[in-house]
Amino acid sequence: MAHFTKATGVKDWLNQRLAVETVEKVMMSEYWIPKNINFLWAMGMVLVVTFVLLLVSGIFLLMYYVPTVDEAFYSVNYTIMREVDFGWLWRHVHGVAASVVFLVIYIHMFTGIYYGSYKKGREMIWISGMLLFVAFSAEAFSGYMLPWGQMSYWAGMVITNLFAGGSLHADGLVEWIRGDYVPAQAFLGRFFMLHVLLLPLAIVGLIGLHFAALRIPHVNNQDGEEIDFDVESKKYLDGNKAESKVMRFANDFMSKDMMVVGIFLIFFFYLVFWNYSFALDPVNFDPADGLKTPAHIYPEWYFLWSYEILRPFNIDLGLVLFGFAQVIFVFLPFLDRSPNTCPANRRGTMFKVWFWLMLSNMIVLTAMGKLPPEGIFSTIGLVAAILFVVQWLALPFITSREKKV
Amino acid sequence: MENNSRRGFMGKAFGAVAAVGAVGSLVAMKKSWDPLPSVKAAGFTTLDMTTYQEGVMVTEKWRGKPIFVLKKSAEVMENEKGNPAAEARNIKIGDDNFMVAIGLCTHLGCIPAFRPAENDFLCACHGGMFDASGLVTKVPPPRGFDIPPFKIDGTNLILGEVGPEWQSMKDNGVTL
Repeated sequence: MAHFTKATGVKDWLNQRLAVETVEKVMMSEYWIPKNINFLWAMGMVLVVTFVLLLVSGIFLLMYYVPTVDEAFYSVNYTIMREVDFGWLWRHVHGVAASVVFLVIYIHMFTGIYYGSYKKGREMIWISGMLLFVAFSAEAFSGYMLPWGQMSYWAGMVITNLFAGGSLHADGLVEWIRGDYVPAQAFLGRFFMLHVLLLPLAIVGLIGLHFAALRIPHVNNQDGEEIDFDVESKKYLDGNKAESKVMRFANDFMSKDMMVVGIFLIFFFYLVFWNYSFALDPVNFDPADGLKTPAHIYPEWYFLWSYEILRPFNIDLGLVLFGFAQVIFVFLPFLDRSPNTCPANRRGTMFKVWFWLMLSNMIVLTAMGKLPPEGIFSTIGLVAAILFVVQWLALPFITSREKKV
Repeated sequence: MENNSRRGFMGKAFGAVAAVGAVGSLVAMKKSWDPLPSVKAAGFTTLDMTTYQEGVMVTEKWRGKPIFVLKKSAEVMENEKGNPAAEARNIKIGDDNFMVAIGLCTHLGCIPAFRPAENDFLCACHGGMFDASGLVTKVPPPRGFDIPPFKIDGTNLILGEVGPEWQSMKDNGVTL
């Protein structure tokens, strides 16, 4: 048996049993972060904080929400909004956070693409991050079903129909996913389960994987410089802090991180208190009606770009390209053939143009996805969708011709 | 060495037990998500076809889905002449002619709106259009409205039951 001595205090008692000091070093004070970073490196912590906001507000909503087709709508719009003291706060925090979390995810993603943070040993960070994006998308969609309003119902109808696979007519699969011919009680029940248990579990697991994937390659920096963390951390610990290229995760980096988090939270609660309506679609304040489609069905803003890739084509081609758009980002580390790990602007004209064009094109796709599919908007959407696909197909050729910087 | 092979055997034995259990539980999980017997049993609707007026589109409900019923006027029938695709979809009950179809766009399942003035259907989701016989006039929908399984019983139409008229539509590829 291991040898224990009489503890000199609470910390020593815990240390003997849980090695808290070692854990603290490994996780915090001797987890090294490069100094050469900017506020965009705080997006990870902003996402953690937003996830916690979603979790806490979700716990309070869960206590009053009733997952049945007869009561779901009223439990949200009457019980939670009118009866529960501060019920409106949990709902608005949950709704706004669900929207804002995607904004921060997109910033986080494009920061990664810009600085090449998916290259040379950091592939698993990128892949686990994209898996998180998928899990968050599923979580957002399943949550959107729960108020059982018109948009919930019709988004559920349209998205589950995607699984029929166009001309494959896998209607049996669609009915199996719904547990009915149309979205009904079985559907609401299972999406409720997915939203409050299975998907959050998957997200927590993936967050663990995402953090673990950072440990060995470490965080990237503004120049994509390869840092010898052993050498630099030794300098720091020997008291040569100014010369060292790294700093402690806690409290050095955390103090900057939390500064950004603080600014973010002011913006966030400004939205929650004064401008929450963007996250609550007016159409969803009508109870679900299977015999009436709303005049315009569109997803939340964060899904618009991929929706716009589905829309201009016939169903089979649309589905293929939509599927392509959903998975292609995962393969970025392998499609980028260039040896350079540095900001997009320093990688030569080709990739520089590719990056900024991709970013602007996704904004164009998002805007077109919101507009009705008529006239000039149809054409712009079609061109943008084709451009998106062409850009990804061209990426390996562009990057393999890139010169070493 | 002996120990190793024993451990190897135990590992394989456990693997076999676990595999059987995994397959069994997957079957149970799959079956638990199937539509319930009560859901399947409620899948029949009877319509009295004498109650409809010409040119007035009525939406009925079958298996939770909207069913478009449109009694066609002589003018519509005249337009359909010489168009075998439209004629094949016609449902004749007594002397009356009907378009009966599942009122969901075959693209992604939105309900297209009937426009009485134009006598056609427009889907707001992705801009698909259908004519009064239920045929596509503008993509993205890949095919005309699906026709629900039906059986003609005098002047009644029983949705959910397969009659000879529907079977021949299905066999001829008129509907899915």
